[in-house]
Amino acid sequence: MVDNFGAIGIILIFAILFPIVMLAIPKMVAPRKPGKEKETTYECGMETRGETWIQFKTNYFLYALVFVAFDVETIFLYPWAVQFRKLGTFAFVEMFIFIAILLVGFWYAWKEGALEWK
Amino acid sequence: MGNIGGGLVFLVFALVTVFSAYLVISSRNIIHSALFLILTFIGVAALYAMLDADFLAMVQLLVYAGAISIMVVFGVMLTLRGGPENSNGDTRNAIGGAIAALLTFVVLGMVIFTNSAWLTTGTGISGGSTVSDVSWLLLTKYVVPFEVAAVLLLVAMVGAIILAKGVDDSK
Repeated sequence: MVDNFGAIGIILIFAILFPIVMLAIPKMVAPRKPGKEKETTYECGMETRGETWIQFKTNYFLYALVFVAFDVETIFLYPWAVQFRKLGTFAFVEMFIFIAILLVGFWYAWKEGALEWK
Repeated sequence: MGNIGGGLVFLVFALVTVFSAYLVISSRNIIHSALFLILTFIGVAALYAMLDADFLAMVQLLVYAGAISIMVVFGVMLTLRGGPENSNGDTRNAIGGAIAALLTFVVLGMVIFTNSAWLTTGTGISGGSTVSDVSWLLLTKYVVPFEVAAVLLLVAMVGAIILAKGVDDSK
């Protein structure tokens, strides 16, 4: 099993090393001339106002909750997708019923405006 | 399998898991704690994958490293007042916590080492990975529970929307 994950392991090593190298090169190559104006927080060219750490509006919690529901749905889709060819037509129909039931939830979320970013 | 390379990989992931778990409780900044918690979940997922439980590893990544950590981060963001410095205060009950952790380990160790029946892995039904076994059972024998799970998810989603938005009384 470890051998099967060898490819993932190689990607993992690259994924860890690549950002380190990318961050290290500017550190070594780029000139550093820090100034007062340069070190201010960038906020679309505006002067920053107030604290950076503010409390989130509770409305945004809704996106997290809907995300979790769809995330759990993905778990059921995953084994089906892996074995898609072997399972045949019956499983295909079953999965469509599964998705159709969950589309009702998606429709409800849409209708209630849960997907709108305000 | 079972060679030095596998042991080395296990050692790396075990160390990452334990060390990041330690950083979760020792970080002063609660945002850092949440991020190290995600690293702990990923480390546990890697350990599952090494135990041939690839479906469980996938679920661990999707649910814990994906969904649960989103909930934790949102929970922190919603409740955090002021800056993140020193937001993860001192642990006052260090001795009590150590005793509880020790007892948990003792009980878990007793359960694991006195029951030898499930130490060996069972043979799969489809001859493949656990993912194919799960999909095979889920879409042939346990089709009804599978569809019930869809209904359960639907109810959970609708319930989440109602909880977060409140019921619209105008209609």
